[in-house]
Parts: sequence; structure tokens; C-alpha cells
Amino acid sequence: MLRLEKRPNPSRFWIYGTPFLAVALTMIAGGIMFALLGKDPVAAIKLIFLDPLFNGDVASYSRPQILVKAAPLVLISIGLSLGFRAGVWNIGAEGQYVMGAIFGAATGLAFYPTESRLVFPLMVLAGAFGGFIWAMIPAILKTRFRTSEILVSLLLVYVAKQILASAALSFLKNPEGAGFPGSRNLAQIPAMANGELIAGTGLHWGGVAAFLAVGAAYVLLQRHILGFQIKLAGQAPRAARFAGVNPDRLVVLCMGLSGALAGLAGLFEVTGPAGQITIDFGVGYGFTAIIVAFLGRLNPLGILFAGLLMALTYIGGELAQFMLGLPAAAIQAFQGMLLFFLLAVDLLSNYRVRLIGWGAR
Amino acid sequence: MERRNVLKGGAALGLSLALGPKAVLAAGKPKVGFILVGPKNDNGWSQHHYEAIKKAEEKFGDAVEIVVQESVPEGADAERVMSQMALSGAGLIFATSFGYMDAVQNVAAKFPKVMFEHATGYKSSANSATYNARFYEGRAVCGHIAGKMTKTNKIGYIGSFPIPEVIQGINSSYIHAHKANPKVEISVVWISAWFDPAKEADATKALLDQGCDVVLSHTDSTAPLATLKTAGAYGFGQSADMAEFAPKPRLSSIIDNWAPYYEERIKAIVDGTWKTQNIWYGIKEKMVVIGEISDAVPPDVKAEAEKIRDSIADGSYHPFQGPLNKQDGSVWVKEGEKPDDGTLLGLNFYVEGIKGAIPS
Repeated sequence: MLRLEKRPNPSRFWIYGTPFLAVALTMIAGGIMFALLGKDPVAAIKLIFLDPLFNGDVASYSRPQILVKAAPLVLISIGLSLGFRAGVWNIGAEGQYVMGAIFGAATGLAFYPTESRLVFPLMVLAGAFGGFIWAMIPAILKTRFRTSEILVSLLLVYVAKQILASAALSFLKNPEGAGFPGSRNLAQIPAMANGELIAGTGLHWGGVAAFLAVGAAYVLLQRHILGFQIKLAGQAPRAARFAGVNPDRLVVLCMGLSGALAGLAGLFEVTGPAGQITIDFGVGYGFTAIIVAFLGRLNPLGILFAGLLMALTYIGGELAQFMLGLPAAAIQAFQGMLLFFLLAVDLLSNYRVRLIGWGAR
Repeated sequence: MERRNVLKGGAALGLSLALGPKAVLAAGKPKVGFILVGPKNDNGWSQHHYEAIKKAEEKFGDAVEIVVQESVPEGADAERVMSQMALSGAGLIFATSFGYMDAVQNVAAKFPKVMFEHATGYKSSANSATYNARFYEGRAVCGHIAGKMTKTNKIGYIGSFPIPEVIQGINSSYIHAHKANPKVEISVVWISAWFDPAKEADATKALLDQGCDVVLSHTDSTAPLATLKTAGAYGFGQSADMAEFAPKPRLSSIIDNWAPYYEERIKAIVDGTWKTQNIWYGIKEKMVVIGEISDAVPPDVKAEAEKIRDSIADGSYHPFQGPLNKQDGSVWVKEGEKPDDGTLLGLNFYVEGIKGAIPS
């Protein structure tokens, strides 16, 4: 029999070492998987991790794309990490991301055709509000009726996707689109477009917001009383209550903040890289952000690097797909391994495995 | 992709890294890229494109390098994948789903020397063409069979999204089922997905519960046929032949036959004769193929269905030939006339006799 025993003092080295070990293990296991698929594992791993950065043909394009892909992941993850630290499990960031995009796009399109420079800031506010409101549903149901925020927030993703489909097919449908689903292309309307801020970097307002969020979260957790309360509530809920932390207030705050950030990510995506409200606008950033949050150890700087790494595996994964003919599912499995190994290695750094039974006491 | 191509690809990649981009271009072998919206083994839309790609690959052999990427989400991701394909040397890129439309236009503007082909869209430019199939022609044949085969006089239709292509299909199915059997009614269930086996199966069950005994689907998986098989009802292959479900429940099928078009257009790139165009091919050009009508269909019905097919092919019959009224009873197409393609491509209403509203 195996038994897990909590280590009294987990090694500090391994707390920071586990993400690297997890990446290394993913490369090994992923390499074996690629080899079993009949592909050269070294070439595949190289394509995924190095070519987006250094391949002479594509790197000048894919390097900025890493920032484009990482921006929403980091922005959402930062919000989620605050809740996760406090033991508030917002699993529905994907829904909040979608609602932020819908609210923001609807606000902008209500003023169409406008050339006012005020409309974009207004859309940003509306986007944050959309995500916030969507996150308030599970938050208030939790504080009032003690429902599980995990289930409610997750299920609301599917509601949001229905609203998204309905927006693309009806109330936000492009009236000049010949009856096809999808809104006007916001990226082609100057007053509403979230374009590249510095040419060739891939940095758009979403990237700026992500960097700001990383900085703000860092300060919050290190210096602010609220950050202390968040950490305390997660590590020792009873102690937190004695210390005067109101758990309901914390739920509302963490859900609201993560919802607003996810909404912002959606708004920046719909006005920039995606351009349109379409039925398939939600491509899973909200779920991937959960992996990013844990990969980054719920630490703001860690999340920044984890987001960039995750974006790299996406873009490299695409290269590996069409250059080596790897199936898309293999890339998804590869990304899944990353979280699996991280959690597994984490467990081993926090717990000791003991053999018991058969007389070996 | 075959393993030997992979090795070759790997070698070419190694070479390109060692010598830089020019070395690849110097090889002079045209490279053609495809992006698929679903997995290449989805048993429907994407698989059928993929099979056509394989045929083209066989035909051109070593003369052309073909790269494929499956499960590419529409929007920003599609734009990136196509850009990376263009940068890695592709001279012609096929985007095989409607939702890639704006992405194709953006990438085509960025890479004027790369040619693009977009399936089922309506935007084109000097270096981007569109191609589409007249699926509604196939629906006319299947609709006729459905009208004759139903015993409950209720046929079902699983719709993906209420876009013109699907509404054409519903109208065409109903018009021909109704001509075959004036008592027929049609029920439509919308599932808001192109490929979702679980939802497709549920929709089929819901239609069966309403008393439908023939169900047409405008989605990609084989789930409706699998569900119809256990219930003893009838259906049709969609996108692919789905012959494994013949003779029952699959009575016939509407096959998307892209291979000849792909071969023609790749050849045009090889020959340097590629020009932009907007293609909407049907049964006549064999882009829409009616799968074999199974033995479960009585010989006289089979003959009638084949007659519809052949008369569409020779142009003597149009599935939306007048007189036709709109759902509200007003005249849509007058006696002896037929709607133009522009009207069909923007179709957003049901014809007279179909109950219910198009979701909006």
C-alpha cells in the first residue's frame, strides 16, 4: 500500500523548481508520444519550443504572435490566481471572457458609425463590466445560497456561448453581411480597433493591460492588506475568520476581479486579433488560463512567464502540425501533460510517499 | 502525411535552417497548404476535404508538397496559421470553412504573391478565390426520397446554424418532400454546431420523439445515422457517403466532391495559370455527388430520384423553380422563373408550408 504523508517543510528549492521539472518531464513524455506517432521527437520538440523564436522563415512573424496569444492568457490568469489563492474557484473565466467581448462589442456597435476617440475607452469599461456581471452570478449565488461557485461558473460558460451564438446570429449580426453570422469587423473600424501599438511587436492594449495587471497583482499580494487576507483565507480559513476577514466579501471581490479581467481580455481580443463576434469566438483562453495560473504557481511573475510559455507551445504546436503532420490532438495532449506533470510533481514536493502494509510499518 | 514525407519534410527543414529561406525557394517545388476547421477524421466535412487532399497528393506525387493543418479555430488563430504557412513557402492556401473569410482577406492582403482559395465564402480579391457547392441540389433528391419513405408523414431536419446555405437545404428538402407527398410536415432542430456528435444524437432523438421517421442532417458527424439505426428510422449520408450505414438507415447521401477542384487549382499553380474566380458548382460539375440509392428504397422511387438528379445535372430543372411562395404566403418565385444566385446566397426565409420560425 502507498500512503501520502505531508512533508512538514517542503523544500524551497522545489517550490520554484517544480515548474521547470514539469516542463522537462513534458518534453520527455511528449517526445515519447511523438515517437510513437512515427515523428522525430527531437524535431517536434524543437519546432514547438525553438522555431517560433528562431526559425529564419517564420520567427519574425511568430515572435510577436507569442505576445498576442499570451496577452489574454496572462490577463485572465492573474484574476483567477487571486481567487485560487483565497480558495475561490472561478472555473468559468471562458464565459466571462465571452460576455466581456459581447458587452464591449455591443457598446461600440451601438455608436456605429462613430469616429469619436471616446468610444474605445467606453468599450473597455463595458467589457470589464460584462465579465464582472457574469462572475457576480456565481458569486452572489454562493454568498446567498451556498451554491458551489465551481459548478455555477463552469455551467455559465455554456450559457455565455449560447448568448454568443445568438449575438453572432441576431442582435450583433453585421447588417451588411449577406445574412451570414458574425458582427461587423471591429478591427476594421478605426475608432474601435485595438491594433498593434508598436509595429512588429504584437503588443496591443490587451498586452499593456496584462503587464499592468501583473504589476498590480504583485503589489497587491506583497504590500496590501487585501493581498494578505487573500493569502490567509486560502491557507488558513479559520484563522482568517478570527483575523476579521469576511469570507463572503472575499468571494465577491475575487470573483468580480477575475470576471472583470476576463471580460477585458475578451474585449481586447474581439477588437483586435479576432476582430468579430462570431459563433466560435470563445476558443478556450478561459480554460487554458487555469493551466497558466497553476503553471505560474499563482504568482504574478510566474504567470507572466507561464503565459508566454503556453503561447509558445500553441504557436510552436501549429508549426509542428503543418510541418511534421502531427495531429492537433497530439499538441493538445502535450499541453495537457504540462499541467499533469506540474500537479504530480507538486504533490511529490509537498507530500512524501510511504510504503505501508505487508509488515513494513 | 506519410512517414516518408515527414522524413523528407524534416530533412528539408534541417536544410532550410542551415541555409536560410532562400535554399527552400531554390528547390522550386510548389507548396500548397490546407487548413481544416475540424479534425481530419471527423467522418464529415473536414474528413471529406482531407480525403480530397490525399487524392491530390497522390496525383501530384513528388511534384507538389502539400501541408495540412486540422482543427484550426476560425478568427485570429486561422490568420496566424495561414501567415505561418505563407512564410514557410506555401504558394497556394486553401481555407476550407466559411468562418475563415475575413482571415483569408487579411492574410491575402499581406501576402500578394500567395494565392488563396476560400470555401463557401463571398469575399474574393486578386489573389483570393472562392469555391462552393450547391448542396441544395442534393437536398432536392434526398427530399424526394424522404417524402416517399416516411410513414408518419413527418420528416426531421437537423440544422447547424440558420445561415443561407442551411436554409436553402431545408427549403429544398421540404419542397421536394412535399411534391412527393403533400401530407408531409418538416420539423427543424437547431443545434448551433457543425460537429457535435452528442448534440446531433440528441437532436435526432428529439425528432424521433416528435414522430419523425426520416431525418436529414446538415451537420458533420455520423451520430444521426447511428441513432436512426437503433430506432429503425431512415436518414442520409451528409458530406461523406457514410456507406457503412447502407442500406438502412442510410438511403442515399450528398457527397461533397472537392478532389477534382483541388487538382484543377493546384495544377493551375504549377502551370502558373491561376486566376481568381468565384465558383458555385453543383451536380452538373460533380462537386455535389448523390451517393448510391440503397435497396431499402423501392425501385420506382429510386428511378424518380435519379430523374430529379439527372434533370438538375442537364439544367432542365432547378430545385427552386417557380411557382414558390414564402412562408407568409407572399409570392417568392413566379411560375416558370427561378431565383438568381444572389437571392439564394442571401436566403433568410422559409417557403410556404414549413412551420416555425428561423431563430434570430
